[in-house]
Amino acid sequence: MNDKEEFDDIPGTTVFTTQRSRQGFHLNQFCMSLMKPENRERFRADEEGYLSQWALTDAQRDAVLRRDYNAAIAEGGNIYFLAKIFATDGRSFVDVAAQMTDMTVEDYTQMMLNGGRSPEGNRSIREGR
Amino acid sequence: MARVQAGVTTSHVPAIGAAIDRGQTETDYWRPVFAGYEFSKRWMAEQRPDVIFLVYNDHASNFSLECLPTFAIGCAEEFTVADEGFGPRPVPPVLGHPELACHIAESLILDDFDLTIMNKLDVDHGLTVPMSLLFGQPTAWPVKVIPFAVNVVEYPQPSGQRCFNLGRALRRAIESFPEDLNVQVWGTGGMSHQLQGPRAGFINSTFDQSFLDRLVDDPDALCQIRHLEYLRESGSEGIEMIMWLVMRGAMGERVREVHRHYHVPASNSAVGHLIVEPNS
Repeated sequence: MNDKEEFDDIPGTTVFTTQRSRQGFHLNQFCMSLMKPENRERFRADEEGYLSQWALTDAQRDAVLRRDYNAAIAEGGNIYFLAKIFATDGRSFVDVAAQMTDMTVEDYTQMMLNGGRSPEGNRSIREGR
Repeated sequence: MARVQAGVTTSHVPAIGAAIDRGQTETDYWRPVFAGYEFSKRWMAEQRPDVIFLVYNDHASNFSLECLPTFAIGCAEEFTVADEGFGPRPVPPVLGHPELACHIAESLILDDFDLTIMNKLDVDHGLTVPMSLLFGQPTAWPVKVIPFAVNVVEYPQPSGQRCFNLGRALRRAIESFPEDLNVQVWGTGGMSHQLQGPRAGFINSTFDQSFLDRLVDDPDALCQIRHLEYLRESGSEGIEMIMWLVMRGAMGERVREVHRHYHVPASNSAVGHLIVEPNS
């Protein structure tokens, strides 16, 4: 079987493929624009206005405005690009990872201190391992 | 002639850079991470390499989705430190070694590896965090650096075997450079981690420890690990470990393990660090 057909069998994971790169092209390019301080200022001042310069789908724009990172990933966003948004917001990777896993930052941080999320049961949906 | 002096691998977690920049390395959280690099900094001061061939990945800092090379070599005289969304890290500029970089680029391309030549390249935490871990906070870096960016962000990444073979060709390239230089090859990134989606925080210490063992003694076995296995077993970002195989390929058949460090967690990641010397 083509490995790629197995990607959807990995729990809680979206693999950033060439197709997703196409789907998320404008979303991710918007994110990269936030590497310039003047663009961060403009985005902070008027998020919707700033986003209107980019050819985003409604779902992509909505995900950005709500800071719903799982939704942004489903719409073709890549986490390294999306990181430019939460860096602009002054949030850390841990904060956002906790949000994506629906945990409090305290619980997530404690899980990491305890050794992280176990691979047991997190490798394959079909095989339950 | 130039020689391959040693190989180093280390994680390049951005929060490690932030902890250094903010003077937080002695906190309870960070002390165990940095303790594993104390030996390494002393060792590095004795080794005094001339050039680091630094294999890393760009995190949407220099390469947008407009153009995403699989392998890119930095041939410039200087590389600017990127603003990743919160201002550039307060580290010295990264100085290149254009003569050696161009020689390596020519040698690898003629050896059938299709590199992208970068005469302008901004470098991000993937490169600067390992520099800070091994050299601390000097006013100027004591070495020249040849950045070598590998696409690990978008599937399909190059295979582990491909990275290992590139490392073998890299050694031939370095050893055919006429100037007397000590060159280290660094592979960065990893170890197991996942930064996205409901499975974020994934850590597989068993996989990581086995990877460290086999990187020393049985790299051929690591070359057989496929994308799917990296994704399942080491998290969606664990595939960065293919970059460690470039380092190992450059070391030759056998290596001597000089130092090893492993710690969980740093932010969302397992931290791994290895120093090896070619056993020739």
